[in-house]
Amino acid sequence: MSPNDHGLDLPGRAARITPVLEVRDLKVHFPLKKKRPWSAALKVHAVDAINFEIAAGKTLGIVGESGSGKTTAALAVMRLVPVTSGQVRLMGQDTAALSGEAAREMRRHVQMIFQDPYSSLNPRMKAGDIVEEPMLLMKMGTPEERKARARELFAQVGLRPDQMPLFPHQFSGGQRQRIGIARALSTRPRLIVCDEPVSALDVAIQAQILNLLARLQRDHGLSYLFISHDLGVIQHVCDEVAVMYLGKIVEQGSREALFARPLHPYTWALFSAVPSMENRRNQGARRVAVEGDPPSPIHLPPGCRFAGRCPYALAHCHQVEPQLREVGQGQRVACHRVEDDGSTPHM
Amino acid sequence: MTAATAVVEQPLLQITHLEVCFDTWNGRTKVLDDVSFDLNAGETLCIVGESGCGKSMTALALMGLVPQPDGHITGGKILYRGQDLVQLRPEARRQLRGNAMAMIFQEPLSSLNPVYPVGEQIAEVLRTHKGMTRKDAHDRAIELLRQVRIPEAERRVREFPHQFSGGMRQRVMIAIALACNPKILIADEPTTALDVTVQAQIFDLLQDLREAHNTALILITHDMGAVAELADRVLVMYAGRKVEEGSVEDILLRPAHPYTRGLLQCRPDLKLGVLPPRHDLPEIPGVVPPLYDLPPGCAFAPRCPVVQNDCQTKPPSMLPAPVALTQAGLQSIPVVREFEAPPHRAACVWLAANRQETAA
Repeated sequence: MSPNDHGLDLPGRAARITPVLEVRDLKVHFPLKKKRPWSAALKVHAVDAINFEIAAGKTLGIVGESGSGKTTAALAVMRLVPVTSGQVRLMGQDTAALSGEAAREMRRHVQMIFQDPYSSLNPRMKAGDIVEEPMLLMKMGTPEERKARARELFAQVGLRPDQMPLFPHQFSGGQRQRIGIARALSTRPRLIVCDEPVSALDVAIQAQILNLLARLQRDHGLSYLFISHDLGVIQHVCDEVAVMYLGKIVEQGSREALFARPLHPYTWALFSAVPSMENRRNQGARRVAVEGDPPSPIHLPPGCRFAGRCPYALAHCHQVEPQLREVGQGQRVACHRVEDDGSTPHM
Repeated sequence: MTAATAVVEQPLLQITHLEVCFDTWNGRTKVLDDVSFDLNAGETLCIVGESGCGKSMTALALMGLVPQPDGHITGGKILYRGQDLVQLRPEARRQLRGNAMAMIFQEPLSSLNPVYPVGEQIAEVLRTHKGMTRKDAHDRAIELLRQVRIPEAERRVREFPHQFSGGMRQRVMIAIALACNPKILIADEPTTALDVTVQAQIFDLLQDLREAHNTALILITHDMGAVAELADRVLVMYAGRKVEEGSVEDILLRPAHPYTRGLLQCRPDLKLGVLPPRHDLPEIPGVVPPLYDLPPGCAFAPRCPVVQNDCQTKPPSMLPAPVALTQAGLQSIPVVREFEAPPHRAACVWLAANRQETAA
């Protein structure tokens, strides 16, 4: 499936090569309130110099545990949190450089689907109005056109147009998530940021929503930035995967490369923690033991951030922070223990 | 322990034809309908299904915690060592709760009291049920924290719930549940709020404790992965009814009921190695029907891919899963614990019909 088969109205060849989203050295630090006037200024290193890009029609997945910075990264892409430094380029344009009308215009091209379909819809608005609202804010079309578009979107996401005058509480969780998806699609965005879009849903409903997202991507050539903690879901939807730990990308690669050969000990630990028949203890399964909890993102350890929990950490790992480097085809990893040929201590 | 004798003895817990109703605006609604199962000592039973299928209500009914005044146990028996818990007076029921059976809830932060140190909360159980002195209870609390592998137990026993991480809080909950060495531990989605690596630690801990004390575990979950990792036996529920039961191998490798198959297939499984090309996930269409408006026949019929005419008329009864179907895709895994193989049964008209065809 090539991204250009979807009738994208990309102007000229350059646009085809420019990724839809480019993130360069993105840092998001949250300053903490000083306890006393003379105490040191502390900050939470939520996202610390990450890089990635997403091509048209493709999906990048960010996976990691809570507190790894994946949601903050997504919010920074949406310009919903202040960016400390670095660049977020949407279709080649630095979003931070835009202001006023241009910034609003940019918003049309990137929309978001939230985790919790209960709290992300205004309970006092009718479903149809919720879907129309982004078009209204972007001053798109006439009222009749907007209504028609909302009706079309309802059909696209598998809702009935006669449900438009209902309120959110009259829908089930899966249906509410469909309203959220219709709302995100209303401005015909290029990129949709999906923050855990299925984790609040029942398994059977998850499959329905994942299939819907896949179909919409095929039909409209959408790009997704897909945030999830569920490796099964990430594997199912993503073309490329970035694994985050404490604000850093520790491993990044194509779906094929990463799942064929997870290199970073943290990635491996994440994989082996997923419960399955093979991981049953009396099957003699080998689980990478990760003890304890991640360190505080306020007082970061000097070396590798994972070293304190890593079963393979050496003295060197505690002192020098590893950089993300290319190891093999389309796979990058930040770990001292992974050799350049991709051999690791856990394999 | 006494696993060998447990097979001969009566099951620890016998639930027969349990029925729970709620008074709602839509009239009296049956939330559990004819639920029967046994639980043996030292065994792990998983109850799976979507939300609203009655998993949590089953747990609450066992604990005697059906929400009052709207909920009522309207039928059936819960036999614990020959004693019917449904008939028991509230005082006697209170004695058993925490002592013989204990429960771990989904969200540890909201189940712990934020204004007491965790040690106090563990000691409270011991003082109430065992009549321990303050000092003894405190010492035992430290010991319990050590048992659930909380480092620096002496110091942390004085800390408050907000000073613990999510995984550590769930360990505290487990310590409280284990305080009186219960025979039955009921865990309602114990790891849903936790990260995978922490979830793996909690699963390991639960298994260790089960092996050490021969505690029976009822695990309520929607995660088939958790089932695969922990269960000896599995109960699949749908809309307040039992639709399939069997050993973990039966349910995961030879599922019979269309609902169980749907649940297993619709989950994107993590696979390592060379990946197959991407495809759409098999869906279970629609949603669980509201319990006050169940169809007259099989509750799953409106979503079922193999629905028959008979399905619409009367609810199917539990029958042994057909052999002809159970032979497909066999992949043997070692027998887990020395129990008699539990019967593999499912409630489905289509299955019953297909078995007759193959037998003829």
